[in-house]
Amino acid sequence: MTTAPSIEPAIELKGISKAFGPVQANKDISIRVMPGTIHGIIGENGAGKSTLMSILYGFYKADKGEIFISGKKTQIPDSQAAIAAGIGMVFQHFKLVENFSVLENIILGAEDGPMLRPSLAKARQSLTDLAAEYGLDVDPDAIVENLSVGHQQRVEILKALYRQADILILDEPTGVLTPAEADQLFRILNRLREEGKTIILITHKLREIMDTTDTVSVMRRGEMTATVKTSETSPAGLAELMVGRKVLLQVDKTPAKPGATVLEVENLRVTDEKGVERLKGISLEVKAGEILGIAGVAGNGQSELLEVLGGIASGTGIIRINGEDIDVSGKFSDGQSRRARGIAHVPEDRQREGLIMDYMAWENTAFGYHRDPAYQSGIFMNNAAIRKDTEEKMERFDVRPPNPKLSAKNFSGGNQQKIVLAREIERNPDLLLIGQPTRGVDIGAIEFIHQQIVSLRDQGKAILLVSVELDEIFALSDRIAVMFDGQIMGVRDPSKTDEKELGLMMAGVVEEEAA
Amino acid sequence: MEKMPAWADAVLVPLISLLLAAILSALVILGIGEDPVAAVKMMVSGSLGSTYGWGYTLYYATNFMFTGLAVSVAFHARMFNIGGEGQAMLGGLGVAVICLYMPWPHWSLALIFATLSSAVFGAAWAFLPAYLQAKRGSHIVITTIMFNFIAAALLNYLLVNVMRPAGAMDPATAKFPEATHLPTLHDMLAPFGIAFSKAAPANVSLLVAMLACVAVYFLIWRTRLGYEIRAFGHSESGAKYAGISPVKITVIAMLISGGLAGMMAINNVMGESERLIMNSTEGAGFIGIAVALMGRSHPLGVFLAAILFGFLYQGGAELALWTSIPRELIVVIQALVILFTGALDNMVRIPLEKLFLMFRKGDA
Repeated sequence: MTTAPSIEPAIELKGISKAFGPVQANKDISIRVMPGTIHGIIGENGAGKSTLMSILYGFYKADKGEIFISGKKTQIPDSQAAIAAGIGMVFQHFKLVENFSVLENIILGAEDGPMLRPSLAKARQSLTDLAAEYGLDVDPDAIVENLSVGHQQRVEILKALYRQADILILDEPTGVLTPAEADQLFRILNRLREEGKTIILITHKLREIMDTTDTVSVMRRGEMTATVKTSETSPAGLAELMVGRKVLLQVDKTPAKPGATVLEVENLRVTDEKGVERLKGISLEVKAGEILGIAGVAGNGQSELLEVLGGIASGTGIIRINGEDIDVSGKFSDGQSRRARGIAHVPEDRQREGLIMDYMAWENTAFGYHRDPAYQSGIFMNNAAIRKDTEEKMERFDVRPPNPKLSAKNFSGGNQQKIVLAREIERNPDLLLIGQPTRGVDIGAIEFIHQQIVSLRDQGKAILLVSVELDEIFALSDRIAVMFDGQIMGVRDPSKTDEKELGLMMAGVVEEEAA
Repeated sequence: MEKMPAWADAVLVPLISLLLAAILSALVILGIGEDPVAAVKMMVSGSLGSTYGWGYTLYYATNFMFTGLAVSVAFHARMFNIGGEGQAMLGGLGVAVICLYMPWPHWSLALIFATLSSAVFGAAWAFLPAYLQAKRGSHIVITTIMFNFIAAALLNYLLVNVMRPAGAMDPATAKFPEATHLPTLHDMLAPFGIAFSKAAPANVSLLVAMLACVAVYFLIWRTRLGYEIRAFGHSESGAKYAGISPVKITVIAMLISGGLAGMMAINNVMGESERLIMNSTEGAGFIGIAVALMGRSHPLGVFLAAILFGFLYQGGAELALWTSIPRELIVVIQALVILFTGALDNMVRIPLEKLFLMFRKGDA
């Protein structure tokens, strides 16, 4: 895109500041987004991206600063004003009424009068037009909950376009998409750009920025550290701008030296409370000294797999640890007995499962191991011993601040994860179950966490890694299993496969393995 | 970063809430044409101005300590035990059974067994709601409220048809034997040369209640069970991950809670009326909720809040007795205190947190 200097920017923010109590979420941020471009905003969690967009969409009021839309100074006190100014937002978590049809969702809040029929007819017409114009095909009468995630996202985009949005903000749009769906999304975004729409793409994935944006702004700790042309930068350069120091994007690891089989799973089935079968006969094995990565779009049974292995959920089938059968029914086992078997579990959701957010760091260090005799003293818990243990673990895992008396909720995502990792890894387990190890973790800590996982493998431990980030799966895994709809679609050698093949498998398509 | 220092959370918030309740109460008293200053004087002198007043204040406080602790323990497991009233009634039955049907050589032995028995009866009354909650998901608030009614009906039946001595007119058991009468504060303080009112009902149960406060503190913050109860209360999914059984913790926490509520009976049944009568609990089970809320479910807070509510109860009774302020207004004042300290907690807390944040920003 070439932009003549005479063109007014679609959005211009001047000196935006916003504080929440003592936390300065946005500091004096200025940014110009030119019309007809895709502008990326990248930054770590907590860098202030979402706050900035919430100000633009009228959810928060900036303490200081001005907003110009197409050169006109604009006040955006609420989302109604944002919509009126031509701004549409596609949230990370969709705001759709699941049991409404696509049409009903689209007119929701934009009905023309008390009777629905004329609005629905009008929406149907404009939906047809929009579909033709931007290649956004969706069946207007489909019920939203029956649509795939990718299509639901299209409905969100259509909602914004129906409201005459010229500026689209997308917040982490690919988090829930398969690679193929993500590609489709980016094709749509390109089409929208060609038609003159302006797009702001918020993401923490460097690759998406490099592939799709024209310009990229980097945020760090509430400040806009740089705005550069995408063509003039590189992933490593952006990572450095995000973190403020050089970052290793590749994990250094030697080829695996797999030993004896530690975990064997045969025909594992899990049915959830609603009677839906979530795992449909999983079989896999993990050997000592290797990392088995489970790739897949969120919600295809990976969580249930971790839970049943970790003793949280029950199921049927066979689980063997070091050749011995363990209880799958949940009647004779729980998280405690799994730990006694040498299974450590870093859960996917550390805030709901892995940690008690209101517990202090030292209380969390005992969590799950609180029946360990070393932590007892008569009928009481030996709190002093736990605190000392915590101090040592915090030092070895570089948890900051190294204060055992701070509540878990007061640590950053990366440091929370380090508390969990320290607790689980230092137990010297035979098998480590680890889900989404770096979700919500800043890039600096990702490096450290990946190193810890690889070094545990090098000590001859078996590791089962579940991640929805394909990059992470590729970086860490020695073998990759792809899950779709509660089943394993296949196991691949990471050096002999690529994103395209895995992406197809994640969508349920299996190609014959090349002989 | 914590939003405000712990002392402000524990002391300042309840004090300001109390002050607001007091101001509103004063306005109400003014509204009916009475003098709020004189009313306060009357309340203070009536409840704290004499050993007689103190004796009543502490007697009520003892009840509230037990029920407040009961609600607190359940709160730590994120359960709302509204059944303290019914559990305390059943505790009374436990005391009566021990005192009436067994011979006791000395009150101290009788006290120990009555305490155990009341706890067992109270816990048993909490068991079914706990079990239904844990296994069937029946909401504990609903079931415990219903169990209050069942307890009242059961006691009514037993007192009228089974335990009432032949020929007696009122639905109550016979007087407990002399050997089970507990020493009052008058009896206990006399050897130290302190003249405490003979008529006041405060008795040795106060010490048991204080011991219970200490025991609950250690239980919640020092034992593994307390650790598991709190973990479960903060996050059920977290508890499952750690291998803490939600069913087990729900039942155990409610048994402890019911047991504590039941133990109240050693004060009102064994210590004061010395027989089991209808409605002996006088709503103490419900006051326990307010006490636990105000005391932040911490035993020390419960102890202090219980004394405050003891003061309100005794002061209110005096007010009703000696002034033309109607009895209903006393209930209004007590309700205001409960409203402000319990229900409207955030009304004070959130502005206060903002204030502290502003000051901190000023420092930075």
